[in-house]
This record gives sequence, C-alpha cells and structure tokens, in this order.
Amino acid sequence: MAESDHRVMIGLEVHVQLNRLKTKLFCGCRAEYQGLPPNTNVCPVCLGLPGSLPVLNKLAVNHAIMVAKALNCTISRSFNFVRKNYFYPDMTKNFQISQYEKAGGVPVAHSGWLGFANDSSERRIRIRRIQIEEDPGRLEHPEGIGSSKYVLVDYNRAGVGLLEIVTEPDLASPDEARVFIQKLRSVLEHLGVCDTSREGAIRADANVSVDGGNRVEVKNISSYKEIVKAIEFEVLRQTKIIEAGGSVIRETRHWVEAKGMTISSRQKEEEQDYRYFPEPDIPIVSLDEDTLQRILDSMPELPDARAKRFVEQYGLKSYDANVLVLDKGLADYFEETVRLYTNPKTVANWIQSEILRQLNEKKIEINQLAVTPGYLAEMLHMIETGEISGKIGKRVLVEVANTGLPPRVVVERLGLTRIADVEFIRRVAEEVFRENPEAVEDAKRDQEAVNYLIGQVMKKTRGRADPDVANKVVRQLLNGG
Amino acid sequence: MEAVFKMGASRIASAVNAGELSAKEVVAAYLERIAELNGKLNAYLHVDSTGARRAASSVDDSVVRGERLSLAGVPVAIKDVISVRGLPITCGSRVLRGYVAPYDATVVDRLKRAGAIVLGTTNTDEFAMGSSTENSAYGASRNPWAEDRVPGGSSGGSAVAVSGGMATAALGTDTGGSVRLPACFTGLFGLKPSYGALSRYGLVSYANSLEQVGVFARSVDDLALVYSAMLGADPKDGTTTNFSWSIRDAPSRGVEGLRLGVVAEMAGEGIHEAVSSALSTTCKELERNGVSVGEASIKHIGYSLEAYYLIAMSEASSNLARFDGVRYGEHPAFEGDWNEEYSRVRSLFGLEVKRRIILGAFALSAGYQEMYYGRASRFRTMLIHEFREAFKQFDVLIAPTSPTPPFRFGEKTQDPLTMYLSDVDTVPVNLAGLPALNVPVGTFTIDGTTLPLGVQLIAPYGRDELLFTVASQLERSGLSIARVVEPWGRIV
Repeated sequence: MAESDHRVMIGLEVHVQLNRLKTKLFCGCRAEYQGLPPNTNVCPVCLGLPGSLPVLNKLAVNHAIMVAKALNCTISRSFNFVRKNYFYPDMTKNFQISQYEKAGGVPVAHSGWLGFANDSSERRIRIRRIQIEEDPGRLEHPEGIGSSKYVLVDYNRAGVGLLEIVTEPDLASPDEARVFIQKLRSVLEHLGVCDTSREGAIRADANVSVDGGNRVEVKNISSYKEIVKAIEFEVLRQTKIIEAGGSVIRETRHWVEAKGMTISSRQKEEEQDYRYFPEPDIPIVSLDEDTLQRILDSMPELPDARAKRFVEQYGLKSYDANVLVLDKGLADYFEETVRLYTNPKTVANWIQSEILRQLNEKKIEINQLAVTPGYLAEMLHMIETGEISGKIGKRVLVEVANTGLPPRVVVERLGLTRIADVEFIRRVAEEVFRENPEAVEDAKRDQEAVNYLIGQVMKKTRGRADPDVANKVVRQLLNGG
Repeated sequence: MEAVFKMGASRIASAVNAGELSAKEVVAAYLERIAELNGKLNAYLHVDSTGARRAASSVDDSVVRGERLSLAGVPVAIKDVISVRGLPITCGSRVLRGYVAPYDATVVDRLKRAGAIVLGTTNTDEFAMGSSTENSAYGASRNPWAEDRVPGGSSGGSAVAVSGGMATAALGTDTGGSVRLPACFTGLFGLKPSYGALSRYGLVSYANSLEQVGVFARSVDDLALVYSAMLGADPKDGTTTNFSWSIRDAPSRGVEGLRLGVVAEMAGEGIHEAVSSALSTTCKELERNGVSVGEASIKHIGYSLEAYYLIAMSEASSNLARFDGVRYGEHPAFEGDWNEEYSRVRSLFGLEVKRRIILGAFALSAGYQEMYYGRASRFRTMLIHEFREAFKQFDVLIAPTSPTPPFRFGEKTQDPLTMYLSDVDTVPVNLAGLPALNVPVGTFTIDGTTLPLGVQLIAPYGRDELLFTVASQLERSGLSIARVVEPWGRIV
C-alpha cells in the first residue's frame, strides 16, 4: 500500500524565537546570543540568581499580539504568566515562565488558523493557542549525547523570548507540514518578529499518528528544515508497523538529526506533573482598546495581502503570486527587480525557474545569492535589447551566481554577445549546408528539415547567432540566394 | 551627649549633617556595641566592619562637600535574605553557605544612597520560614528582654539588633508576620508596607505574592525616615507601585475624627489576657484623643492561616527549586547522575524548609491543585473583599499582633502546627496585601520576667500613612515607647 492510502494526522508545537527584539524576555541581556563566548550574555535575572525578579519585555507582548492577529486568533484582553516547574540543568530557576490555559492561566491568544493554497484548494490549519515563554539555556555534550563524560551549560540563550504556537492535528501529510511551516515563516518574516534563518530560531515538537493509531510525540526538532524530514521519517515508520500488522505504541521519540531518524526516548510513559501556577512576580497584563488598536495598526503587510496585491498591481497569476510570497525574501527580491526592470511577468518567470533552481542547487537563501535584483534586471535588459538571447541569459545567470561578477562582465569575458553579422552567419550556414546535403534536399519540401538546418547554425555559433538572421539566411540559401 | 547607640535615626542624621558627629564615630560606637553583645544575642550573622568604616568615611566626605543626606551616617542592619553587594547571603541556610551577593537589593541601594551605613546581615529562620529564628542553620537569636524567650521570627536577628542597640534601624521581611511578630516580641515599631510599596528586587523569594520588605525602628519618626528613603516604584520589580502620600508628614497629623475598628474575630477567645488588656488600653488612649472606636468584622478571617500556608508553601516549593548547587554556593564539581547530585545538595535544607517544599509541591500537584492552591486563592479574593467592606466603616483596624507574649525556646519546635499558630493574627494582612504596623504597648511581668506587648494597626491598601499618624499619637501619649534593652531585660 502506498503511503498516501493511510490517513495521517500531524499536529505541531512550533517554538519561535522573538529574536528581532533587542533584549531577552525578562531582562536587558541581548536576544541575539549566537556566537558569544559561553555564559557572557547573562545577568542576575536570566541566571536566576537569588533575589532577582523578571520584568516583562513589553515589546514581546506586541510581537505576540501581531502574530496572533496574523494567525486569526482570539486575543486575550487580559492574560498572565504561569510557572512550569521541573528540574533540568538548562533551567536557571528550575521552572520556566510560560503561559497555560489551565490552573489559573490565560495565554495571550487562542483559537485561530493559518491558511495556505494546496493543490488548488485552500487549506486552513487551526491554531489551538499561542503562548509567550522563555527559552532555557543550552546543554553542550562535548562528545555527543550519551557518550560524553560531562555536560557543559551555556546560559547565553536562557530567557530569550519564545512564542509557542500549537496547532490542532490538522496537517494531513509531511508535505502539508512543509507548506505550513513555509507559510508560517513567511508570516513571521513579514511581521519582522523573527529572523527565521538564525540558528535555533524555529524549533518544533510534532505529534504524529497514522490511521487513527496511537499518537507519537517527536521532540527535539531543532530547525525548520528538519521538521519535514522528521515527520516524513515518523510517518513512514508508523506506516510500516501498521502494514506489517503491528500497532504503534504511544510514546515520546527524539529526532536525531545526525542519523536522520526518530529514536524512542525510552522513558516510562508517566505524565510529567509541572505543577503550574500563576507567576506571582509578573502582574496580569491588561490590554485596553487603544493599545490593542495601536499594535494592530502598526502591523505591516502580510503574505496573503501581498499576493493579492501582486495579482492586482503586477498582473501575476494567483499561483505565481502565492509562490513568491511564501518566502518574504523572494517576494522582496521580486519587487526590487521589478523596480529596475518593469516587466513583472518576465521577472516572476525568471525567479520561479532559474533563480529557484540556483537556490535549490546551492541550498541557500535568496539573500545569499550572488545574483542581486540589480544583476537580474541588468541581464533582462540585455535580453530585451537583443544583446544576448534568452538561452544565453540562462547561462549568464549561472555564471553570475557562481562568480558574483556583473552580467555584462560575464557576457564580455565569455564572448556571449549575440551575432547579427549577416556575412558571418552566411559563412556558417554554407558550412552547415555542405555538411548536411540530405537535409538540404529534404528542406525543399519539409519545414522540419528547415528548422533542423537553422538549429545547426545556432549550434555552431553556440547560440550566439541572432535567430531571425539565421532564419533569413537559411531560407535565402535554400532559395538559391 | 547621649550614648550614640541610643540615638534615633533623625538625631544621628542631623548631627552628622551638621558636622557635630562623624559617621566614623557612629560606626565605631556601633561596632563596639556589636562586639560586646552579639556573642550573647546572635543578632548578626555577618558584621562588615571594613565596609561600614569605608562607607562612613565616604559619608563624612559628602558632608564636608556640603551634601545633606536624609540618613547620613545612620547604621542599619539587613536581614540575611536581602542582597547586599559583596556580603555573604545565606538566608539562614547551609545551602547558600559561601555565596556572596553580586548586587545590591534596590532597598539597600536606596538606603546607601541616602547615607545609611550597612553594619551587617542579620539572623533569620531558614529562608524566612519560621516565627522564632529557631529554624536558622546558624543558631537562634536571643531576645534581650529574657534569656529563655524567643525574639520572634523570622526577622528575629534584625529585631534583636535594633532592640539591643546594635543598629538604629533594620530591614526585615514580612511574608506572614515576620516583621510584626519579632517587633512585638522585642518591643519595637515594625512595619509591613502595602504590597508593592517597596521593591523586592534582591530579596530572596520565599512567597512572592505575600511578602514585603519591612522596617524595624525605635520611633515612628525613624520608621518614617527609613521607609521614605526606600519608597517609589522600581523598574526591576514589576509588582511595585508609586503612592502619592508623604510618609514624612504623616506622624505630625492629628488623629481626631479617625474611625478605629477592633477586629472582633481576632480579639476574642484564645488571646492572652495581657494582650487583650494592651489592646483595650490602646483603644482607650486613642479614644481620649478623638478617635471613635467600634467593632469591625472580617467574617471569614478564621480561614486565613490555612490559606496562607497553602499559598506560601506552594510558592516556596517553586522559588526554592533553583537551589540545586549548579550555579552558586559551595558545591564542588560532581560525577554521576545529576538527579542524585541535586538531591544531595537539597538535603542541606533544614527540616522546616523541606516540609514546606514537600507540602507546597503537593498542594500544586495535578489533581490536588484546585482543591488546595485553587481554593486558597479564591479565599484570598474573598478576604480582600471583606477587608474592603470593613474599611468602608473604619479608617484603621486594630488587632493583636500575636495572641501571646514571647514564648520560650523549644516550646513550639516539636509541633509545627503550634508554631504556625503564632502567625494567626498576622497572616490575613499578607493575604490581603495591606499595610500594618506593630506598635509596642507597654509590658507585663510574669514570674519576675518583664516582657513587651504589642498590637497591630492595619490600614486600607495604599494608605500606609494612616499607620504613622495613629502610631505617632500613641507615641506622643507615652503609651508606645520603644527602648534599647540589654540582656536580660535591662532597659537603658
């Protein structure tokens, strides 16, 4: 049986770092902790030193509210924080300040959805709730988990603001999960609340079940790129068990990136008791109408609105517009190029074919690509004026991507300019006629043979011959001219 | 000139500001006094002679430069749960032995800026959990009034320091009566402010939603002087609030026309007759000065003790989780399972602390949370409401601070419930976040031992100034007089 014959249910708990904030969630330490020497981005508050108190970063609340609105959630007018109590060495206080919907807790937002286009229909994935919480520190196992003699702790990350976005189990395939994550990333990037490309910026736990079987929680997925891989593996694993006549056991598994597989955490399946209760050090946050409206008014354009605008303003097809806005970088790239080269459809086509190919081959993000919007526009101009052919353009783009040189320099260095010299092309055509007497004979009756001869002329000039000139010259020669 | 250790804060500050007395002389006198008495009284856990002398000379320099500081040269003691930069902070526990506070609590910082001099840190029940200082890992403090009587707790060390003339004023913390009870047992003024009036930044949390930093002093003026130096919202503590009143003017205002309510549920049975009589003496004295006295009722106040301990223990179980030996304290590197190491480190907690952590964790656990923590929280809301109703009829309430005079060492250590009952009159105020003040009200003598008595005044939330106005009247009438007492019971 194929995988698609099984009913798959996937729910995600996505952790999004609020890494566009200057500071951590409850203190003045920097939110950007990457690359700093261990335990240098810390203070009494995020180290949980005796006597220190958390003070809520108000901008974090604004960011959470914008995300909640973008995900069509009900925003709580009054919400609080809770303590989630458990012992672990990456926790400076041995409790995490978080939000919860039970035990006297009210999270910032709940009951929303995120929609995306899939196979020409619109899918809506329901969001159960969004909560604000603090990131723990990081454990470093010098020789890998399980095989290290000792463990080091780095608290630079401790206290960085996170949003936990919990979906209902509405995702029906790993591919849907991929599009969902892409769309979510795009929303976050458009809102400017998360630089999703930063290490650790998006992490997730996934709940996966197949054919209504037991739910398996896959933890420790540490980047958005890994989410789909982990889900694919887990769906396949469960499918195989079911097809072999077995049943999936309810358990927690860990995604081991290096091995590309989920591994049972082998813990007794006892429910952790986190002893939630309202955080006494952070007063209840109440949002008055004005404040809320001010935050909502400050929201930038979101992907769906942008796609709509792309259709109206640039005449793109809805499908193409949606592909572009799925990656904010790509959409920005498109608009920047269009500013310099005003044929939006051509730009969109080039981005979706050649530019995306480069990104996939090089496994990079658009902002890492050497072909800047300026270079792409320059090259499109050269095609338009006939300096190079479209086919040569593709070659130029590859060269620009590889070397970082401007298109004009690439064209000159490789001698790729178009040849419009009639005499030169006639000499080439005569050579082609000598080498293909049969085709010449056929061409008197058969249009396909004519095309073949023209093609041979193009080939001999490595695509540089002006196709119109080549066409004219070949026909002239056939007519005895 | 009066002996320096008997002077009040206002007196010292004005003498130092005027150049009549140097801060260095003040510190020298106090260090001498401490050297003489602390061995007997065990008020201080750590005396910072070097730091105090250095701070004194810096204050003297400021005076020379013409600066005037509201607490110039006033020597203060700080309860060992409040961070003083560079001083050990143990919270009366073995778990924190060897830990030095890397920053000043906001209240300490503000006192220092006002010219106060920190003499050292004072004894406390471990993590402020107790009513007698008998739970301190460093031995109990002694009550200068009587060798065999406890000084009250948990801020007993601070109370003894002020009552024994080893500090002019002192900071304690009041989570369930931990300032008012020892103030009562040592014959001092002891203030528990409105919740949010003083910053808790730097105070090692026991039960965050209940506790406030409080002040011990031997006069209402001193209390006002020290308190006002620390007031004002703190950006480092999100639960602080700015209040508009001026505490400094409050003592000089008249009491005439004020309405005083005796809390009926707290004044009835189970109260020692000396305490009852102190209560009625106080009411009569205020009546003579134009205060109307009536009976107030807080109908469900009788459930406060249970609710208080459920909430306090629940919060404590979470607050004290951070003491795992990984980040601070003298805990060497270890090999093996970290769970076992955590257990080893946490076995250093004393019995009472362990009891409260375990009970608190239980009260918050799945299936029981709603029954215990949840109900206690709802009771708390109800109590706040009942107090609010009572304050529609009365400006200030009055009640015993403790149902009994100071008890004996060992008298209540065998049965924790009996010990918890010492807080029966003080905890409602913490649950409701109200300001309250213990005022000393004379003494009584039993078996040849003279012991101090006290009652507490309770004001509406955010009306701390009313406490100072009423207490000041009692002080002026000669009823509420706090004096330096030397062991055992010699009033000087």
